[in-house]
Amino acid sequence: MTAAVEFQSVSRHFGHGPDTVKAVDAVDLRIAEGSFFAMLGPSGSGKTTCLRLISGFEQPTAGAIRIFGQDVSAIPPNRRNVNTVFQDYALFPHMSVRDNVAYGLMVKGMARAPRHAKADEMLHLVQLGGYGDRKPSQLSGGQRQRVALARALVNEPRVLLLDEPLGALDLKLREAMQDELKALQKRLGITFVFVTHDQNEALSMADSLAVFNQGRIAQIGTPAEIYAKPRTRFVADFVGSSNLLPPALTQTLGGPAKWSSLRPEHLMFAESGPITGTVLAHRYLGAATRVIVKAGETEIAALVPSGQPLPEPGRTTAIAFAPHHLHVMEEN
Amino acid sequence: MTSSAILPERGLADRLTAFFWRRPRVFLALLLTPPLLWLGLVYLGSLFALLWQSFYSIDEFTGMVKPEFTLKTYSELFRPANFDVIFRTLVMASAVTLGAAILAFPIAYFAARFARGRWKAVFYLGVMLPLWSSYLVKVYAWKLILAKEGIITWATGLTHSSGILNALLSLPVIGGNSLSTSYIGMFLVFVYVWIPYMILPMQAALERVPASMLEAAQDLGATRAQTFRTVILPLALPGIIAGSIFTFSLTMGDYIIPQIVGNSANFIGMAVYQLQGTAGNIPLAAAFSMVPILIMLVYLTLAKRAGAFDAL
Repeated sequence: MTAAVEFQSVSRHFGHGPDTVKAVDAVDLRIAEGSFFAMLGPSGSGKTTCLRLISGFEQPTAGAIRIFGQDVSAIPPNRRNVNTVFQDYALFPHMSVRDNVAYGLMVKGMARAPRHAKADEMLHLVQLGGYGDRKPSQLSGGQRQRVALARALVNEPRVLLLDEPLGALDLKLREAMQDELKALQKRLGITFVFVTHDQNEALSMADSLAVFNQGRIAQIGTPAEIYAKPRTRFVADFVGSSNLLPPALTQTLGGPAKWSSLRPEHLMFAESGPITGTVLAHRYLGAATRVIVKAGETEIAALVPSGQPLPEPGRTTAIAFAPHHLHVMEEN
Repeated sequence: MTSSAILPERGLADRLTAFFWRRPRVFLALLLTPPLLWLGLVYLGSLFALLWQSFYSIDEFTGMVKPEFTLKTYSELFRPANFDVIFRTLVMASAVTLGAAILAFPIAYFAARFARGRWKAVFYLGVMLPLWSSYLVKVYAWKLILAKEGIITWATGLTHSSGILNALLSLPVIGGNSLSTSYIGMFLVFVYVWIPYMILPMQAALERVPASMLEAAQDLGATRAQTFRTVILPLALPGIIAGSIFTFSLTMGDYIIPQIVGNSANFIGMAVYQLQGTAGNIPLAAAFSMVPILIMLVYLTLAKRAGAFDAL
């Protein structure tokens, strides 16, 4: 099967000589058709540049980009059957909501009546039926987000690109939109490529995700794979929170001399265990309490569900865990 | 050490700050009174006094102003000869505005979209520099440039393109003996003198259009031309209108350029200048100055109806 989007050692460098910024550095990537793909990474990691390479707003310095098997290096953005939901939504302030949504159809030359009918249908799909006559300035942030979504989807793109679309929304709305986006993607069957720096968002929505770091992909996989088996310290730390154990400590726990990762929720306090240390502090999180233990040079966090007894700060305690939860990574 | 919850007062400045904090309206009133006095009384007052004069008329025998309300002066204004003056000025002002807008757009677009750092400084300097020298000096300089013995005639002779210049000058109405005595020359000087007033508001308007808006248009399938027509132009329109108000009204009121460059045909500004000076017909001069004001009001109403200010 051809991939919806394929990167073949794609690079995008800015500047020349010693000042060159390698925003995207020899990235290989295959995004399966019909999947919800997330690009996750801190700011400046190259994920947004990758998205702009797909939409055509950036051109690769090297490498080839294929969309459904076709090389798009010579194709400008307006001729790519790909649409973007912009981070700031980029709605046209001088047009009504209906005209915003119908814009893509208008520039393709569709007559007014059918394009307005189709725009209204799309507005209905994003639960904004009846808002067509308003101006974008009269809508809330969440509503603008939906208009931007409808405006991109009305063109029936083969790939929908979303650039941190939920970043400006408050927590409740963001969670509601996450569910809606996911449901919409399932229903339409369009490939979604979603850029975010929020690991919860990426884990909960994506079918597969790529973790970006410094212009390169640190790891690609399903959310469960990446959470359970991070390949590097960066991934372990960025996706979820993790205790990173140096090679020496891994060895005392029976592993090879490599870095390993232990998730805080897999740790228990016990009478005896492989790790012992002094309790430094508690941090109350509501559903659980995070207990920080100093074991030698390493600080280890354990997550204790609410209602369970907590070791007092200053006490010496042992930490136990099921051996299969110790994940050994590739780094020495 | 314990410290008081309230810091000590340090004199008059603190007392004034406290006073204005309690009475913000007093502060606003103090701030606004001088400019309102100037704008309201001195400026608008004298403007209305002038316009009032246009409803008086002049006694044809004594040459004195009769302070009685009449529309006689206005009927005089629309005599064919005066109507020609108004029409000529209107056409010139429209042409200058259009020419300035077309020339200014690429410059403003470059400055708003691409110029950064040093290039931005070069842009502002380049646009403002002509404003630093005297208006009269610039106009006389242009007269020399456009003259029959000037550099343009010389350059066309050198490049064997005198034919083009002569063809241009042999055009009916806008042509003439030389560029400096033709409407073409006057148009060039007007555009040169007023173009900074078109570029600056245009650039400010274009700067406010986010880059993502242009990308969104392209992303949705628009060509460059479609993006320009449906997104850039409508969003830049308030700036273009603001700039055109400057170029249009400045051209309408100018009385120096038509005197120095051109075929000495009369323009509104020149008519006002002559009527209030040598002719001493203040009422007719006042009636003439009503014309640009009315035209501007009509223009702004039309612009508003066309939705030029919707994006403000």
